[in-house]
Amino acid sequence: MSRKISVSATINGQETEFLCEPRQSLLEVLRDVLSLTGAKEGCNNGNCGACSVLLDGVLVNSCLVLGVETQGRSVTTVEGLAGDELHPLQQQFLENAALQCGVCTPGFLVASKALLEKNPNPTEHDVRFFLAGNLCRCTGYDKIVKAVLAAAEEMRAQA
Amino acid sequence: MVETKEFKVVGTRPIRPDGIDKVTGRAQYGADIKLQGLLYGKVLRSPHAHARIVSIDTSAAEKLPGVKAVITGRDFPAASNETVHAGEGMVNFSYLSENIMAQTRALYHGHVIAAIAAVDIHTAEEALKLIKVEYEVLPAVIDVLQAMREDSLVVLNELRTDELGEKGTKPTNIASHGRHDLGDVDKAFADAAVIVEREFVTGTVHQGYIEPQNGTALWSMDGSITTWTSTQSAWDERREISEVLKVPLAMVRVIPMEIGGGFGGKLNVYLEPLAAALSRKAGHQPVKLTMGRDEVLKATGPTSASAMRVKMGTDKNGKIVAAYAWMAYEAGAFPGSPVGAGAAVIFGPYRFENARIDYYDVIVNKPKAQAYRAPGGTNAAYAAEVVVNDLAAKLGIDPLEMRLLNGARKGDRRVDGPTYGPIAYLETIEAIKSSAHYNSPKPAPSRPGNKVGRGVASGYWGNWDGRSSASAVINSDGRVSYLEGSTDIGGLRASLAMQLAETIGLNYEDIRPMMGDTQTVGFNDATGGSRSTYGSGMVAHALGKKIIVEMQKHAASLWDVQPEQVNVVRDVYSCGDKSITFKELAGRLDESGGPISVSVSMDTKGALPTFATQVVDIEVDVETGKLQVLRYTAAQDVGRAIHPSYVEGQIQGGVAQGLGWAMHEEYVYDKDGHLMNASLLDYRMPTALDLPMIETILVEVPNPNHPFGVKGVGEVPIVPPAGAVANAICDAVGVRMNVLPMNPRNVLKAMGVL
Repeated sequence: MSRKISVSATINGQETEFLCEPRQSLLEVLRDVLSLTGAKEGCNNGNCGACSVLLDGVLVNSCLVLGVETQGRSVTTVEGLAGDELHPLQQQFLENAALQCGVCTPGFLVASKALLEKNPNPTEHDVRFFLAGNLCRCTGYDKIVKAVLAAAEEMRAQA
Repeated sequence: MVETKEFKVVGTRPIRPDGIDKVTGRAQYGADIKLQGLLYGKVLRSPHAHARIVSIDTSAAEKLPGVKAVITGRDFPAASNETVHAGEGMVNFSYLSENIMAQTRALYHGHVIAAIAAVDIHTAEEALKLIKVEYEVLPAVIDVLQAMREDSLVVLNELRTDELGEKGTKPTNIASHGRHDLGDVDKAFADAAVIVEREFVTGTVHQGYIEPQNGTALWSMDGSITTWTSTQSAWDERREISEVLKVPLAMVRVIPMEIGGGFGGKLNVYLEPLAAALSRKAGHQPVKLTMGRDEVLKATGPTSASAMRVKMGTDKNGKIVAAYAWMAYEAGAFPGSPVGAGAAVIFGPYRFENARIDYYDVIVNKPKAQAYRAPGGTNAAYAAEVVVNDLAAKLGIDPLEMRLLNGARKGDRRVDGPTYGPIAYLETIEAIKSSAHYNSPKPAPSRPGNKVGRGVASGYWGNWDGRSSASAVINSDGRVSYLEGSTDIGGLRASLAMQLAETIGLNYEDIRPMMGDTQTVGFNDATGGSRSTYGSGMVAHALGKKIIVEMQKHAASLWDVQPEQVNVVRDVYSCGDKSITFKELAGRLDESGGPISVSVSMDTKGALPTFATQVVDIEVDVETGKLQVLRYTAAQDVGRAIHPSYVEGQIQGGVAQGLGWAMHEEYVYDKDGHLMNASLLDYRMPTALDLPMIETILVEVPNPNHPFGVKGVGEVPIVPPAGAVANAICDAVGVRMNVLPMNPRNVLKAMGVL
């Protein structure tokens, strides 16, 4: 068993200290150490996007980042999207029935947030291109794309 | 009897009750469970597709600090040789047990050899490397036609062919040969004016759910087993665990967690009995097992590769007079491919008086084939729909007119036996014929030289009804706590709560649904066969009717009248000039007889087959052979859409899976039977960028056997896409495809470029 290292990071806006082994991925740390099980393991090699999180605002697959790499950095997971109310993306995913089994949904929400922060007025093609790293097997993507476009419109109206 | 009143809830689009948990990350899927003292396990899998296991030495692994238990085939009792219906097919417990844990032979790349539980996952992984296994490697049989040859190596020495009901005498890879016969097919072909005969081969594909299999189990000191897992069928799983581990049925409790997709692939157990056996050996501590994606692809699912020959003949007017199909499906390492279902699908949409189907279930060194959304249907329909379009072309008939002319209708007898009840296939053809898509010109290619084609295809699926149970409690605030037992894999709690709310005249929000487990609610068949909104919906309706009877008794008690004197209109109970709402009455239960709880268990009947017709525009890059889907419209008879958004979602998802199967998904094996593309990079499922919006047309012809007219909707949409794409390719570049997937290499080959 390898020795654990103490790490300080900001997780969903909260200063957090945790112990993890150098070999543990950020996904493992989130799920097993911090009990934030919103990020899912679908492939553990960066192909499905179910574990998407933001690291200092940049979209990453948390299965491809080591837990110790978050030292001094900021991580946003699906658990950090809502405040007192749902994020517009979360609300639009519900209203547009953009999830069926829902296991890919946390990754899609985080990736969509990254997209809208970069491009508040995306076309359908922009959405499809940006979300091509997130696999969904239930919906055929139709309602996901519509939900993201609807959330973008709502957020532009609020801005 | 179908309810004909105007609906208040059915047909609306409320937000699903489990929605907020699923968009905030709070929903607990199988792999998310944590228990006191939880151990983590990993599984050692065969690196060979076919081998004799000479010896296994686990001593070094057992000595590694942190390892709590190691199990092999020696830890598994011999299971009974009984075969029962479970999930969407037949399950033989002996083979099921051998699939869960190998005994003396490794039968596919990824077959389980041993399992370990340790204090953490990394220790378990380290310990796996310390297990020494000696194999005698054997040649692998990995192709259905090769496996059927007389001189082929036999995979299962004990197997004898079930040849039209008679047991064979020789060792073989052909588990069974079945036949359907109708009329005089030879004479009908001799008299036919136009005949088309074509051969097809299709590859192995996977269900591709995003959540890998998982199973957590506690084998308690009192002899009971509890599992927490992602399953489409808690009660089938309970039976399987009971049989494989020789534990009495009621001593097993299966708690279904939220499930991350299944599509038929989570009807049978893999990990749960291993986790339980590890738990017992580790001093009755709970053990969690989860599969990596490579394990999912190597050892779960997939669905069958197949070889088929289809021959159809018409009279000079285009009426189909004869049909013949020869179908061979790979079962994987144990008998039980979905070829029987494929044989029902292949000519399902058509009417004729003479037909024959010969169908074969064939063993190869691949993982045991499992159900996948309309099991066996997509590849079967692919073959038939290409042949039907070829016939139409030879006759100079429009493909939709060809289907209208020959489409099955009420009273027609299928070649596999049943006579159709009130089906609505022709309505789906008409829907496409009058659709905006079909009446628009084909889009222009994205660059000069590329070709655009339009194709149509139809599909049939049988649908299931089955057994369901549920219970409900009336709360004093007028809300109803509703416990149902069918796995909710994509919005079921919403569609069932809607049916209950509609029945008792409440608002959708007044129903508080949740999923039960095998200990808390009555028996439920699998969420499979497109049955849950149908069968469990029927139970929701019966439950509502029972609640109304109880509420009538309470109102009668308040007013000192007989229950039958109490009239009920929606949520208002009245007698003479007295009236009370459901909510008010719920607040007065204690003064009118006490609390109300009801439960219903039913063996539901009356599911009807359903049909889909779809049109696609495909762009073919003639230099590379790459296909791009430009536009897609799917029409489907849905009976009645309880929650239209989720019905559309089922259609869109089924079409997307069908397009993946049509265009790029396939298992790639080397000659020794090693799976070469066991990752989601190399097993290429459609991404958001690969697909257009998928337009849906919901054709609502209510099922007269269901209180709200429901027909199963989940499976049939995956049936037509491969045929539609093939027909569009033909329209674009003039070649008839005969292989799945229609990837760039296969398209260029068909075009004669490669």
